[in-house]
Amino acid sequence: MVRLKRFFKRFYLAILLFFLYLPILMLMVYSFNGGKTMAKWTGFSLNWYVELFKDPVIMEALGVTLSIALLSSLIAVVVGTLAAIGINEYKKWPKTLTINLTYVPMMNADIVTGISLLLLFIFMRIPRGYGTLLIAHTAFNIPYVIFSVLPKLRQMDPNLYEAALDMGATPSYAVRKVLIPELMPGIMTGFIMAFTMSFDDFVISFFSTQGLVNNLSTYIYSMARVGINPKINALSTIMFVCIITLLIVTNVQANRHSKKQQKQQRI
Amino acid sequence: MKKKFFALPYIVWMILFTVMPLILVLVYAFFNTTPSGDVIFTTEYLASAFSPESLSVLWRSLGYALITTVLCLLIAYPAALLLSRLKPRTASILSLLFILPMWMNFLLRTYAWRALLDLNGPINQLLGLLGIPAQQMLYTEGAVIFGLVYNFLPFMLLPIYSVFTKMNTSYIEAAEDLGANKRQVLFRVILPLTRPGIITGITMVFMPAVSTFIISRLLGGAHYMMFGDLLENQFMLLKDWNTGSALALIMMILLIISMALMRKYDKDSTEGGTRLW
Amino acid sequence: MKKTLALVFAILLLAVSLVGCGGAGGEKTTIHLLNWGEYLEPTLIDQFQKENPDIIVKFTNTTSNEEMYTVCATEGTEIDIVVPSDYLVERFINEDLLAELDLNNIPNFKYVEEVSKTRTFDPESKYSIPYMMGTVGIVYNKTLVDEPVDSWDILWDEKYSGQILMYDSIRDSMMVALAKLGYDINSTNPEEIAKAGELLMQQKPLVYAYLTDEIRTSMIGGSVALAVDYSGAAVGAIQENSDLDYVVPKEGSNVWVDNLVVLKSSKNKEAAERFINFLCDPEVSKKNSEYIGYTTPNAEAMKMIDPELLENPAYPISSDVIDRCEYYKDLGDDLSLYNDVWMKLRTAG
Repeated sequence: MVRLKRFFKRFYLAILLFFLYLPILMLMVYSFNGGKTMAKWTGFSLNWYVELFKDPVIMEALGVTLSIALLSSLIAVVVGTLAAIGINEYKKWPKTLTINLTYVPMMNADIVTGISLLLLFIFMRIPRGYGTLLIAHTAFNIPYVIFSVLPKLRQMDPNLYEAALDMGATPSYAVRKVLIPELMPGIMTGFIMAFTMSFDDFVISFFSTQGLVNNLSTYIYSMARVGINPKINALSTIMFVCIITLLIVTNVQANRHSKKQQKQQRI
Repeated sequence: MKKKFFALPYIVWMILFTVMPLILVLVYAFFNTTPSGDVIFTTEYLASAFSPESLSVLWRSLGYALITTVLCLLIAYPAALLLSRLKPRTASILSLLFILPMWMNFLLRTYAWRALLDLNGPINQLLGLLGIPAQQMLYTEGAVIFGLVYNFLPFMLLPIYSVFTKMNTSYIEAAEDLGANKRQVLFRVILPLTRPGIITGITMVFMPAVSTFIISRLLGGAHYMMFGDLLENQFMLLKDWNTGSALALIMMILLIISMALMRKYDKDSTEGGTRLW
Repeated sequence: MKKTLALVFAILLLAVSLVGCGGAGGEKTTIHLLNWGEYLEPTLIDQFQKENPDIIVKFTNTTSNEEMYTVCATEGTEIDIVVPSDYLVERFINEDLLAELDLNNIPNFKYVEEVSKTRTFDPESKYSIPYMMGTVGIVYNKTLVDEPVDSWDILWDEKYSGQILMYDSIRDSMMVALAKLGYDINSTNPEEIAKAGELLMQQKPLVYAYLTDEIRTSMIGGSVALAVDYSGAAVGAIQENSDLDYVVPKEGSNVWVDNLVVLKSSKNKEAAERFINFLCDPEVSKKNSEYIGYTTPNAEAMKMIDPELLENPAYPISSDVIDRCEYYKDLGDDLSLYNDVWMKLRTAG
């Protein structure tokens, strides 16, 4: 019994992780497959990595995904940060109302958000394309920024900004030099979350453009029915490795940083 | 300039891209344009959204979502507990490992499961080596629920884990010192203390699972339609925006009900179910 | 931390600008093609763009005529060229969504004229040009099915429970049931449609899965006995797995022709017509047909087609097959009868 318990403790997390990574492993392994399907292993080959960069459609889809993620989260950061600063000053009921409405895109089912945006674009006769994709992504990104910045505003001394104005700073100067630096950690968190959300999204992209703009996920959706293209496996492998490297680098840096601090404190 | 006005661009944005779309869903669900161009109120679409067929899909989706939520909770809770008992450094690395798969496109991961579960896929080949005949795993209800659990597990794990890390362990020690046995500690101390995390986890799994689309088609072979698939059908195949909107309305009402329920059980936490991780 | 973020930022910007650069430079017309998956030989777009440096072709895929209709009939679409089947062309014409083609811009039309005339929905090619043809039939694995396959009945044989794949499309599913019952595959009789629906319901427990493009891969895998599929997909499957065979059942089936049309809302009609003309070129059509497996309506291309392909049981459409097959017709308002039956089938557990 005790042994079983110890076994369980030691391996439970490992087993879970194994299941989480099993399909990813499968994708990565088969990106090095010579053959075209995941049904048969025909031999090691780097062919798909070469082909990948020659495929204009995949490259364009990658470009759309990255540029939409970048643009929509940048817009979201600007609009969202300003909004948070403003909302923080609101009186009780307008504040509650705006905050609750801001929850809507976060809490609503993705499919409902996508559909309602599609209805709006049809109603306003906006042709569905890159523009509507950008609007849709910005729409679900702004709330993440607002809710990352608001807590930081609450922690802040409310008189700081007024003090800056009293000392003769222009509002824009006061915002740039006083408010923004204080809010920076929140803004950064918001940006990263927005970027991730946009990068990952499939459902809202699919419905708000009727699948007519190829970003990576809608492209995968339309192509994969014919059989997953190993080029996509290769691309995902590259991206995955990039993200892991990035995480390791930031982690190591953060560690060094905290160790340095500890040392300094000791001195 | 007053700080209040900073929110103005967002307020305009919100009215245009959050409020307007929701109003349009209501309009499409309840109003009909006659051939002569008159706009009239009708409950016809709501009625067809409540047809026996769509209700059967709704019950099925709610059932799957419930099973998924329970399974996620049962799997994630011990994992979060174990994770929080590790050295902080190992724990932070491991928790990162749990988030990482979400960076791989979820469609791709689901397609990979399809290859894995296939009749002559790797899992069945492995079983074959052990002398077990090939099992039909793909295109079953089990495969659909497996796919849902797989996709939503991290969303249950992370909020619970984050509550565990913030938990003051002195309560547990105090309970133990006062003579509580292990079961009492778990049910009387640990569970209540981690309730906010559990509730956040449930909100992040249950409703998204109900509205899932495509997983049931990919892993269930289109045998077990879920509510999201029904919505997709109305919008993409039948081009019936009115009935589709009425269905979306049902989804929104469900969301409001579940949020209200969660809030009732979540009085301790002021932020509702919205802290992500 | 900050440095790393700045670095990531810089890399992202660089990547975006690099990828974005591809489309820059010069006054170019972009035409947007809405096509079926794996339905165009991939190098042909490059070839066309090289021959016509002022045009860029973008494409998106769909898997059903119904989805195609939705996307094209929604206001404000930026699609120029679509590849609808017969009955969808009819519906588009009825709803006035197509641009009239200028055949002077499509000199290669003469190669497809023969087939074009047989199309009851647009015999004069006012709006549409034939692209590819095919039939709906049964692909089966000879090692798993030892009896002769010549009837739709086998899809209801309990012996093959869990080994049958059905095509996930409204008209094709209904066609199979209607043909098995001996009814017109374009029936608008509510009783007949209801009966066909019941038949499909009875079949549901036997069906392994309802799929579309994935049927080809599943059949190649060799673990499934029978599938309803299009002839061109069957061609590819048979090429990769010689255990497979294809048959158009004796009760009759659907013979179809997919067509190139330009939407009325298109702002690039002339460029679109140039692309259509390119696809009607015999060399191009031959290459295309050999790659995707569907039968070319192009008389000149047919003369050059790889003889090995003509041996493939799914490629040539013989005259007796044509005799027992029919085009789908647009059902107008009666379509809702089909939709209702189909929704019942799909929503059932």
